[in-house]
Amino acid sequence: MGALTSYRLRLKRKRHLIRAFRKRHELSAVKNRTTQIAPADILVFTTLRNELVRLPYFLKYYRDLGVNHFLIVDNGSDDGSREYLAQQDDVSLWATGASYKRAKFGVDWLNWLQRKYGHDHWCLTVDTDEFFVYPFCDTRPLRALTDWLDASEIRSFGAMLMDMYPEGQIGAEPYQAGQNPLEITRWFDSGNYTIRKNSQFRNLWIQGGVRARVFFDDNPERAPALNKIPLVRWRRSYAYVSSTHTLLPRGLNLVYDESGGEKASGCLLHTKFLDTFEAKSKEELQRRQHYANSHEYRAYNTRMADDPVLWCEWSEEYINWRQLEVLGLMSKGNWA
Amino acid sequence: MSLGVVMIVHEALHRATQLARHWSDHGCPVVLHVDQRVDRDTYDRFVDSLADRDNVLFCDRHRCEWGTWSLVAASQTASELMLDRFPDVQHVLLASGSCLPLRPVAELTTYLRDRPSTDFIESVTTEDVPWAIGGLNTERFTLRFPFSWKRHRRLFDGYVRLQRRVGYKRRIPLGISPHLGSQWWCLTRHTLAAILNDPRRAVNDAYFRRVWIPDESYYQTLSRQHSKKIESRSLTLSKFDYQGKPHVFYDDHLQLLRRSDCFVARKIWPHADRLYDSFLSDAPSLSAGAEPNPGEIDRIFAKAVDRRTKGRPGLLMQSRFPHQRWGNRVTAEPYVVLQGFSEMFRGFEPWLASFGKVRVHGHLFAPDGAHFAGGGGEYFGALSSSAALRDYDGTAFLNNLIWNTRGERQCFQFGPADTQDITWDIARDANARIHIISGAWAVPLFLSEGRFADMRRTAARLQKTESAFLKVLLSDHCRARVKIQTLSDFVLNPIEPLQDVLDQLAARDRPKLSAPPEMVHLGGFGEFLQNLKNQGMHLHLAGDFPTDYAPEPAQPARTTPYLVTK
Repeated sequence: MGALTSYRLRLKRKRHLIRAFRKRHELSAVKNRTTQIAPADILVFTTLRNELVRLPYFLKYYRDLGVNHFLIVDNGSDDGSREYLAQQDDVSLWATGASYKRAKFGVDWLNWLQRKYGHDHWCLTVDTDEFFVYPFCDTRPLRALTDWLDASEIRSFGAMLMDMYPEGQIGAEPYQAGQNPLEITRWFDSGNYTIRKNSQFRNLWIQGGVRARVFFDDNPERAPALNKIPLVRWRRSYAYVSSTHTLLPRGLNLVYDESGGEKASGCLLHTKFLDTFEAKSKEELQRRQHYANSHEYRAYNTRMADDPVLWCEWSEEYINWRQLEVLGLMSKGNWA
Repeated sequence: MSLGVVMIVHEALHRATQLARHWSDHGCPVVLHVDQRVDRDTYDRFVDSLADRDNVLFCDRHRCEWGTWSLVAASQTASELMLDRFPDVQHVLLASGSCLPLRPVAELTTYLRDRPSTDFIESVTTEDVPWAIGGLNTERFTLRFPFSWKRHRRLFDGYVRLQRRVGYKRRIPLGISPHLGSQWWCLTRHTLAAILNDPRRAVNDAYFRRVWIPDESYYQTLSRQHSKKIESRSLTLSKFDYQGKPHVFYDDHLQLLRRSDCFVARKIWPHADRLYDSFLSDAPSLSAGAEPNPGEIDRIFAKAVDRRTKGRPGLLMQSRFPHQRWGNRVTAEPYVVLQGFSEMFRGFEPWLASFGKVRVHGHLFAPDGAHFAGGGGEYFGALSSSAALRDYDGTAFLNNLIWNTRGERQCFQFGPADTQDITWDIARDANARIHIISGAWAVPLFLSEGRFADMRRTAARLQKTESAFLKVLLSDHCRARVKIQTLSDFVLNPIEPLQDVLDQLAARDRPKLSAPPEMVHLGGFGEFLQNLKNQGMHLHLAGDFPTDYAPEPAQPARTTPYLVTK
């Protein structure tokens, strides 16, 4: 790495921090309970819009893992999400009506909150449809993982986004508030992922899975990125660059081993394809607030017209994290 | 009363309280050393929590740092207090605040009473230890380490390098022969007192003060001078990973720890409530009197280290992405690539697939998409047959296929009409078994009824592509097992190459082949080649095909199998 590249990345990181600083005015606190945050607490950061039906299970899932506090930005919900979240004792809520797109798809807002409240905490940045799975998550709380990461002097933990889908048509089985979405979207693609390395940020760029297979089979390079680094021992100077795919300083992106070994890693089970999906993707397409001119949502809409079934004969039914580890989608690394 | 416990604690003090009470309840006096870095309030609360015990004492505090003399000093101070105040103690166990007794204390005391003069301390010479951190073994005893390894790694490394370069070596005091071992020991009063009251203690301490990680060598070396009988193993089960940090036990290790029959284990995660509750509950152990047997735990942790350092071969994933240049980017298992075979025989793929547990695919890299065995749109792992998805990353496609079908031998057809992106990958892959009949792609051309000018153009293009592939296979970088023969050689003796293929596909059964499957009719092929040549297109890859080649007339479909059973 040349000194020049290094300096350029430093400037980029500073720029992101300044953006976050400027965008702080867009956030108005609805309920700020951050004084409750104790020094070693594990925090969840989320941006959302109209996710009321998902919220009860989302909060329960992460509370059960041992998350202590949620810091949530509500981007103009009108379905009662805001009121619901404001009532939760472990949620600090900010609201904004500003453009999601111009806030770098929410990254600026969360960078600001992380800088202000996340310093020296383990911060988990997830969407309401993403469920974090890590080695031994059925027997060990999240704190066991973060303690182990601390002891191993690891600052960031990778978890690939894995798209889950139902067996029948999307939306055939309605989702009830409080229900585990994995009861409906139980299936996933286990072995069709492509990986390349981004030489600038040094992160791996992973694509594939069901979205590439069904929606982007004629245009694979536009398939959404699945690499994510959601769990970070945050420092004030850190910044997410694009969603949780890329971090700066870039040493944080080295969540993989290049000499043949396996580092520990997890998965984010992405339960996007519930009955809420179609309405959501129509709305998102109208709002045009998503990445690269919302081309992803455009692809969904063209295909959704013929009611596609995402399931195929070789789809894998989700059982537990051990299954994902055997399939080679995540790894225990040297955690035993 | 025969066992005293010296406990060195610095965090999770509520657990330390629990442990100290447990030892003290069972008649073992406890001396606690609390790290100086623990603040006054916390310390006072901790002392209060044990104030009701008269066999629990607190010794003077040192500021402890990993890898330094302070840890030895702490254990010395505590041990002195123990020997001084509890004259009945015959064995002293050194433990930390995260060392959990796995068997009833009574079993441990009985065990020690039966071995009154045995010191349990792992103590081996430097030549025999594989677990040196930072590549330092003997040098721990001969260099100086004024800088902290944890806080000033660069200075530490630089100073070591400097000393090596100038050839600096400390003198090891007379009578000391360096030994290393786990820092968790259980010594007899006799040995421990002899070490602490040694007339040369000042010299020893002065020397070990500058040794690196002296808590792994001080008692281990000196007990060799004073002990009547050393049992070179620790009673404390403690496993280290490849970075030299201790493995931690959690609730889900409960059964594993139970079965290990070890007396004490570390490190226990402070929040592992189930472990603390069950092992401090006085339930009798399942196998009283058994010798410790940590074999299963050893295996699990050895596997974890293996996974972290070597990983699963053939797996490319989010946390394992071997660098191409470092040479371990290979597929998971051997597979067979056939070029030209399906062109030579009718129904070749089903015929080959009939030989046991093998998947015979068509042209996986055909321009119109992957022709999987069975002809589906997807395959194992939901791998798509779409040409665009496949060609987006052909290497990943092949790698995924082989990984997804572990345990099942894969075989696929390849040819110059296919996408050629993977040629270098399979050539460099030691798992690839490549069989080629060069020039065989001309056979379907010959059998097709097209315009001769088009055929000539196609032939020229395919020959160029195949030549390029053969060149790759003949290069120095090729690590695949490759067998190439020309079409002409093949038609004269087809059995042998087919037998080779079969042997690789069904290595266990090794079916013997007596006759090849039905070959396509090649009458007139010689003339076809000559015609091409007359048009200026020399199909040299096919070899010298006999112009007058006249195969036996095609036979009616056979019903007998091609196998001869022995």
